[in-house]
Parts: sequence; structure tokens; C-alpha cells
Amino acid sequence: MHSAFLFIELGGIILGLGVLGALALRAGISPIPLYLLAGLAFGTGGILPLATSEEFIAVGAELGVVLLLLVLGLEYSAGELVTSLRGNARGGLVDLLLNAAPGAVAALLLGWGPIAAVAMAGVTYATSSGITAKVLSDLGWIGNRETPVVLSLLVFEDLTMALYLPVLTAILAGVSLLGGAVTVAVALAAVSVVLLIALRYGRVIEAFVASPNSEVLLLKVVGLALLVAGVAQQLQVSAAVGAFLVGIALSGELAHEARALLSPIRDLFAAVFFVFFGLQTDPAAILPMAGIAALLAVISMATKLGTGVYAARRAGIARAGQLRAGVALIPRGEFNIVIAGLAVAAGVHPDLGPLAAGYVLILAAFGPLAARLLQPLIDFAVRRTSPEAPAS
Amino acid sequence: MEIEQTALPGIGLKHEFTTHSGRRIAVVSHRTGRRDVVIYDRHDPDRACEAIQLNDEEADALVELLGAPRIVQRLNALHREVEGLVSVQIPIAPGSPYGERPMGQARVRTRTGASIVAIVRGGQVHASPTPDFPLAEGDVVVVVGSPESTAAVADILANG
Repeated sequence: MHSAFLFIELGGIILGLGVLGALALRAGISPIPLYLLAGLAFGTGGILPLATSEEFIAVGAELGVVLLLLVLGLEYSAGELVTSLRGNARGGLVDLLLNAAPGAVAALLLGWGPIAAVAMAGVTYATSSGITAKVLSDLGWIGNRETPVVLSLLVFEDLTMALYLPVLTAILAGVSLLGGAVTVAVALAAVSVVLLIALRYGRVIEAFVASPNSEVLLLKVVGLALLVAGVAQQLQVSAAVGAFLVGIALSGELAHEARALLSPIRDLFAAVFFVFFGLQTDPAAILPMAGIAALLAVISMATKLGTGVYAARRAGIARAGQLRAGVALIPRGEFNIVIAGLAVAAGVHPDLGPLAAGYVLILAAFGPLAARLLQPLIDFAVRRTSPEAPAS
Repeated sequence: MEIEQTALPGIGLKHEFTTHSGRRIAVVSHRTGRRDVVIYDRHDPDRACEAIQLNDEEADALVELLGAPRIVQRLNALHREVEGLVSVQIPIAPGSPYGERPMGQARVRTRTGASIVAIVRGGQVHASPTPDFPLAEGDVVVVVGSPESTAAVADILANG
């Protein structure tokens, strides 16, 4: 009987997510905010609390994080990471400083303490590379000359995450200063070793994983990622980072194939993850936080815009392109929820989850919209300032 | 002419250049095999005002359209230089005895006096092929010689 109820509940949820996804597709927005809303509806204090499937969803959510990061890592090769780091370190640092600050300052002003500040810094820092990539593709911006700047900032952010997540995990676990330092050292060493192995001996790993049979390939990649994620978690380096590093170590044709195989599974479990985060959040607690979330969203929209303008200007892009680069960076999504999820699980502050949920809801929905509205605005401004220029 | 190559992490590669008349165009090669031909806005040179997505077949067709007239141009120039010389494009039809054999086995020059100057395959031009170049069905063989000798080559490639 138990499994019957489990299936009915899960089936209902996943089917509901599918319908929401279809709605999002039609409206041309990211489905992430809708998944979060669904989670809010099913969770504590929601309109339809779940009875039996919460345990499964909790495990599914953790798998979702691992798969999200694994597939993200598969998108990049070690060579690309190193080149991006070299060429755009300065833009990346500006991105980090400008966009970690709003979250950290907000947490301190609210009196949540330094640990919450570190977590909130991550929540406002990371741009959603998934949503941004979709925006670039949907609006036909991939060929644009500012796009390499945007992409390399995203790469920089993802690499920063590989260092930030272990630090956050250590801090949340309440380890001592010394223990924290050890964890960071382990994380740094792990990242460097993986990059080195991927650059030098990538072929050896690929020879082990490669298989003409897609079933074998799928099992090997997922197995390897989970194994490394588990070991990383045990070392308090964070499971997500372990999976990300496995993704980076695999590159070339193999990574391409693995990504195609994994994407559907990733989509399923990532949706479960967003629902799970919504489940843990009491919708009633979001309302008091809504004002702060909106204010934080506006501020960090401005800081991302500034980051994009700065980085694009350094690359010799003209004003309109600078604005496009800034707007493309606005969406927040999966990473921010991953970070908030870690903090919520550690019980940092009861209001952190609701604030992060409200914040991501706003920016995941509004980011792509802002990008869509920008080009008509630029065209309008150009026509007003130079009426002789023909409309293109 | 300078072709600028830019890496697009997570997507692929972009090659772009500026034409003589000042327009910028680029080709984005996605890792998935998809290709976009991108044309930049006159007034906002950073913005792709047109991005045309091409599949394999369409990309091949475009290459052929852009590439083939160049060979014909060059051959026409050759004709003007030498009186009585013609160039003929002979497709290797299905069932040709040379469908899977090296070009040299046809001994075209020895038997007819005409020369094979290029082979066009899948929109790509292989100029001055060596005798060990393996022919395949669907290739187009470009032959230069007298009208009689090029006709003899067509006969050899069709019937052996």
C-alpha cells in the first residue's frame, strides 16, 4: 500500500511539473520559478502538503545537485577553463566582489551573523549559467561579440564555486579555523590535481570511461560521479564539487555524448531538487521577506549590470553590447538554490530559505524578461538620438 | 584577410572576419555539429542581426555554392591561356568500376592524354590529387584536356 501512495504522489508531482514546464515554455520563461512555486504549494504550510514521498524527494534532490554539477562540468574542458581564467581574471574578480557584497551586507544588516553572510554572498553572486545560456540562445545572441565575455565570466564563476562550496560546507559544519583551513587546502589541491590530470592524462580517464554502448557509458559516468561526490562529501569538500570535477576531467566527444545521455536524467532530478527546496520553505514565511528579497534583487541586478558593462568595455565592446552583457548576467537560479539549500540544511537562520526563495523567484523570472526587453529599448534609443540612421 | 577565432566555452568556436565592404560576418560552430552563419548589424557591430542555423546538408550546399564557381573561374582563366583546351566535370556514377579504387588505377593520362586536376567531394575541393587518391561514388572529377580526350575519360570512368 505504501508504495502505491508513493507512486501516486510522485506521479502527480512530476506530471504537474511537466505541465508547469510546458507553461513556462509557452511563456518563454525559465521553468525554475514555477518548480519552486510548486514545491511551496506541496510543502509545510502549503496548500497540499505531501504525506509519503518527502523522503524519496529528499534523496532525489541530492542526486539532482550532483547531476546538475556533473553536467555543468561536462560542458567545459580543462583547457577552456585555464584559458578563460587567464584572459578574464580581472573581470571575474570584479564580478565576485560586486555581486557577493549585496548578499553578505544584507545578512549582516539583518543581524544573521557571519555564517549566514558567507552563504548569502554565494546566493547573490552566482549567475545561473543554465538560464543565461538559454537566454543567449533564444535571443540569437550567441554570435554577438560580447557573448564570449559573458561566457568566460560564467566559467570563472563556476570555477569560483569549486572553491567556495567546500569553504561553505566547512563553515556550515562548524569546523574550527584550523579545520576550515585544512578543508580549503584539500579543496584547492583537489581542484588543481583534477585540472592537471584532465590536461595531462585526460585520455587515460576517457579510455577507461569510453564505451560504444550508451548504457555502459551512462553507468560508468554516473557511477564515477557519485563515487567521487561521496568521497568529496566525506572529506567535507562538498559532493557537488566532486561531481563538477568529474565533469571537467571528461572532455571531447566523450563529454558530448555523456552530456546528451545525462541531460534527461539531470532535468528530472533537478526539477525534484527545486521542488524539494520549495518543500522546505514555508510560503507564509516568504511574505515578510518579500520586500527585502525585492530590494536585494534590484540591487544585485544593478551590480550584475555593472559587472557586465565593465567586463565588456575591457574587451572593447561598444555601449549597446556592454548593456547586453550586463543584462545577460542577471538571471539567478540553480546554484543560488544549491547554496541556500546547504545553509538551510545546516539551520543557519530560519529566514534565509524564504529570502533566497523569494530572491531567486524574482530574478529567475525577471532576468530573461529584462534581456528580452533590452534590445527593443536600445533600438528605440538609437532611433531617437540619430534619426537619420535607418532602422535595421 | 584576417580571420579571428574566438572560443565560446560550453558552446564551441566562432570564426569571424570583416569583408572588403566593411560588413562583419561569422560562423559559429557548435560542438553538437550545428553551425550558424552570423551577420553583424551595420550600426551596432557587436550585435548579430541575422543568425542562420544550418544543418550538415545545408552547410555543404552553401560551401559548394561558394566554392564551386571559384574553380570554374580558375579553369576559365586557364582556357583563355591555352586554345583548344576544355575542362569537364565528370561525376562518378553508382556502378562505376572506379567507385572504390584509387584514381591512379584508371591510368587516365596514359590512356587519353587528359589530366585530372581536382576532385570535388561533399562540397570540398581536393586539388591536384595524387594517383593513390581513392575515388568514391558521388565524387565529381574535374578533367582538363582536348574535347576528345576528356570524352574518353568520361567513358573510362563510366565503363572501365
